[in-house]
Amino acid sequence: GCFVFKPNTKKKKTSSLSLDHFTHGCKGAETSDIRFRLFHDLWNKTKTDIEQDELNKKVLDSLLDFTRKCSITRQHSNWASQMRASEIPTAALMLVNVPDHDMTFQSLSELLQQSVTPHVVSVQAKECAALKHLMKRVLERLMDTLVAAADDEEEEEIEAAALQQSDTPVHRSVHCSLSVLCEWYNTQTKRSSPSKDQYPPVVIIFKDLEAFNQKVLQDFILICRYVERLPLMFIFGIATSPSTIQHMLPHSVSSLLCIELFQSLSCTHHLATVIDKLILTPKFPFKLSGKVMQVLISLFLYHDFSVRNFIKGLALLEHFHSQPLSVLCCKKKEALRNLAQLSHGDLERIRQLPSFTEVCHKLIKDLCKYHKNYYPMLRCLHALTSSLPRYPLGKQIRELHLICLEKNVWETEDYQSAMKLLMLAKDELIALLQKCTEILQPIKSKMMKSAFVQLEDMLNKFKQLDNESRRSKKQSPYENLRSDVLEFIDNLVSHLPPPESQTLNEVCYYSSSSSVRRHLNATPRTSIQAALSSPYYYLPNESLQTDDGSVSNAAPDICIVHKLHLECGRLINLYDWMQAYSTVVSAAEGNDPDSDNFGKVDDVKARFIRAVSELEFLGFIKSTKQKTDHVARLTWGGC
Amino acid sequence: MSSSPLPPPLQQQRHPGYEEERLRRVAEQLPCREVQAGMLLSLMGEPQQYSLPCIFIYGHRASGKSYVVNVLLKELELPHATISCAECITAALLFEQVLLALFGGDAAATLPRYPSLSDFVRIYRHHRSRAPAEQTRYIVLEKAELLRDMDANLLSVLVRLQELVEDNLTVLLLSELVWDTFRPNTGCLEPLPLHFPDYTKAELHQILSRDRHPSYSADLYASYIHILLGIFYAVCRDLRELRHLAALNFTKFCEPVTEGKAKESDTHKLWRNIEPHLKKAMQTVYLREVSSLEWEKMQQVETETGPLRGLSAHTHVELPFYSKFLLIAAYLASYNPARTDKRFFVKHHGKIKKTKFLKKNEKTSNHLLGPKPFPLDRLLAIFYSVVDSRVAPTASIFSQISSLVTLQLLTQVSHVDQLDAPKYKCAVSMDFICAVSRTVNFDIIKYLYDFL
Repeated sequence: GCFVFKPNTKKKKTSSLSLDHFTHGCKGAETSDIRFRLFHDLWNKTKTDIEQDELNKKVLDSLLDFTRKCSITRQHSNWASQMRASEIPTAALMLVNVPDHDMTFQSLSELLQQSVTPHVVSVQAKECAALKHLMKRVLERLMDTLVAAADDEEEEEIEAAALQQSDTPVHRSVHCSLSVLCEWYNTQTKRSSPSKDQYPPVVIIFKDLEAFNQKVLQDFILICRYVERLPLMFIFGIATSPSTIQHMLPHSVSSLLCIELFQSLSCTHHLATVIDKLILTPKFPFKLSGKVMQVLISLFLYHDFSVRNFIKGLALLEHFHSQPLSVLCCKKKEALRNLAQLSHGDLERIRQLPSFTEVCHKLIKDLCKYHKNYYPMLRCLHALTSSLPRYPLGKQIRELHLICLEKNVWETEDYQSAMKLLMLAKDELIALLQKCTEILQPIKSKMMKSAFVQLEDMLNKFKQLDNESRRSKKQSPYENLRSDVLEFIDNLVSHLPPPESQTLNEVCYYSSSSSVRRHLNATPRTSIQAALSSPYYYLPNESLQTDDGSVSNAAPDICIVHKLHLECGRLINLYDWMQAYSTVVSAAEGNDPDSDNFGKVDDVKARFIRAVSELEFLGFIKSTKQKTDHVARLTWGGC
Repeated sequence: MSSSPLPPPLQQQRHPGYEEERLRRVAEQLPCREVQAGMLLSLMGEPQQYSLPCIFIYGHRASGKSYVVNVLLKELELPHATISCAECITAALLFEQVLLALFGGDAAATLPRYPSLSDFVRIYRHHRSRAPAEQTRYIVLEKAELLRDMDANLLSVLVRLQELVEDNLTVLLLSELVWDTFRPNTGCLEPLPLHFPDYTKAELHQILSRDRHPSYSADLYASYIHILLGIFYAVCRDLRELRHLAALNFTKFCEPVTEGKAKESDTHKLWRNIEPHLKKAMQTVYLREVSSLEWEKMQQVETETGPLRGLSAHTHVELPFYSKFLLIAAYLASYNPARTDKRFFVKHHGKIKKTKFLKKNEKTSNHLLGPKPFPLDRLLAIFYSVVDSRVAPTASIFSQISSLVTLQLLTQVSHVDQLDAPKYKCAVSMDFICAVSRTVNFDIIKYLYDFL
């Protein structure tokens, strides 16, 4: 598993995003505050839905049990535990993708702090290049957690201690040993109430085990072995396979650990749940068009396996920002209310037409109804087809959803073949229909209710049929009934038209796949090239603007040098290049090309050399050993 | 060392200056180490006498080095500082702990922020003149091999510290390595080496039998240890580990007795009961494939639900689609000679003579030689030709490469600072890459030069 490390986003953008920012440059500014509120609610809902993290609940629960059990067995002392070598309990937590680790570890350490022990510390590989750093991080954080958790009465004392520390940082670094930690732990346990767990374990979480320096990790574990008074516990976050532990730690070290494995869900499973919660439900008013959905899913499967990036890609903000009518993108009641509140510009006039208000009412209702019917139907169809041989309509529900988003599903060839494959034996068909009824049962929409009743009816008929001999050439009653059912299903499926066919779909559906792609899947080279060939795009300076796409001679040096190098072949003569450059620059500065000083000015040379090395740094050229005064081009094409 | 086969008991050896009673207690605690303890005591001499400046004690893991030294120093109440070099991440920490143990907290506090060796010697001499040594002071350094990685001259100073601080002081270096690997190339005073040999099977038996279970007879436990050693002695002579294994499996051994199926004297029956169990333990819990906790749990549940799934049984790794192809491309780049790329990845590569293409000695040797480094360009070129669809060279493709490096599936050969044309090696096994390529329907064998 994996993937893609991105720097920690500095604060959640949404929390710092204010209404002013939102309104700025916003289309249809009149309703912007309502839209902003809608966006905010929806985004918070997304976050809470996902962060509740019911997915990993099972794993986390068993992990908590493990920590509790370990701390209990440690306190018991019978013969066996005395004789046993003191092993450090270690949980190897298998997580599939690295970028989402943070979320899981966050909730894990919160849970641990709530229910098992206040002493939880997590470290990452990149902050622990040497043993010294690792020790320092562990000590600092353990003591700091304490500070954060301290009562008001103690605060003064701690502040004084902090002052002392800041005065004499000497002792902070010198005393960076586990014996200090032991002392600290002993004072802690003495101070804490003796009623409950008297010796809570000290949990150290290694977030990304693979990235740790092997030597550092081995030494740290060896040191911890000497500290028997301290009930330590490790949690390793592993993204590949558990055999990594054996690769990283020799037997002499791993024999000090009591390793237990905890496997979390696979990331596709995780994605399926997220899609289930946020997309395949009429409760979430914001929708994605087929293309956007395609982009997001392929990003997930092909590139990063990151659920967090998937959610980022939902483009909520952009939709609410750029689509004035998104004010109607909310629950039915609220939408109708907001509809009544539209009171400006064209909408004002439209609204005042009584007939149109009527139509609007109806349209909004229709859209809601469409969604209410769409998802149960989708699930039914998926239930029916997901177990067919060769999966004509896809194995995962998201695949079927994509098909339905794009076109009328009943017109596709795959659908036809699926229907043919549905000519099943009685038992299988009954099982499938049973599943469908289970899906339809809780749905409240009128149409689904009637469909449910009909389906029940047919099911009963099926069950009443005897197992007759099937020799007769005539269609058996079972076959009759089966074709009835298939016809009925076919009828139902016609309620799965793509959303584009629905009026007002623009209110809910976001369809700009290219911008999503641009936001999530950065193409650094294209942007560098764009910046170099048309600097006006990034530097809105009037003098840089040119009509024919060429570079003006007032552009930054690197742009001119880049432009000139495009005219060359694979090898570039540096001297010729500089001559060309100084011609352009001098022309820009109004110098006479014939004068003596031309092209000899030192600062022109210096600027040229700097621009060339910048180009080299960006990877456009490199020095070559074939000819010393030449550089090689690393890109193709040009003028 | 004494060559006599049966050394006299410790209390009968002559060690003037120490109380008889204490020597007896020491002897009780040190079974099978009489020779070494006696030797050490003779070297130490009487408490007030000067001893050797440095003694180097070596022997395999769990051969009782630290234990003997610590028991001697503690029971005889000699002033000493015991320090594990693993814990001392800087020399400063080492100095501080020495001063703390020998002269108390005040001495340690006078150390400057970044103490040098001469600071340490100065402060030591200062305190030594205040409290002159009535008995030899000892500094015990466990895991002394780590001293070699600290400051360059630390080791050579410690070896003749007695001379430098002009005190009755002896440094005991404890290590699993021989002194030859320590000798700095500038040369230094040679300490006296003292070897602790491994325990023999009989000695192990004697020591292990001492920790008998309180509710069972000593004979039963001794016979249990006999069986245990019969199975484990071939693979493991580590006393600590053996004791751990003995504790883990003893309840299982006693099961027939507690259930009343066998008597304590029924050795053969007990052996038949425990033997397959111990063999299983050797393959699992000894290798830490299964943790001791799980092992105990399994003993209680006692259900034969198929083979155990140890740690190394989980080898499946989930990777995004393109990462898989990047890994495949890296594997190909590592194990194919660069000149054969044209043959494998260019559609119309023209005629390449088979004899010329297949050089004799190159063939089949690539997998034996291990992965070769390759530049980033080559990786990407192969990647684009093995992936079917058109892939834009986006940032996420590149970040996947660095992710693969952090996951240790690739290793970066060139220095991290080198931005221009970094080089990598593929660090996965053949089996692994075959499993990965099977999931993306890519027949990797067809593209490997060795299997042509």
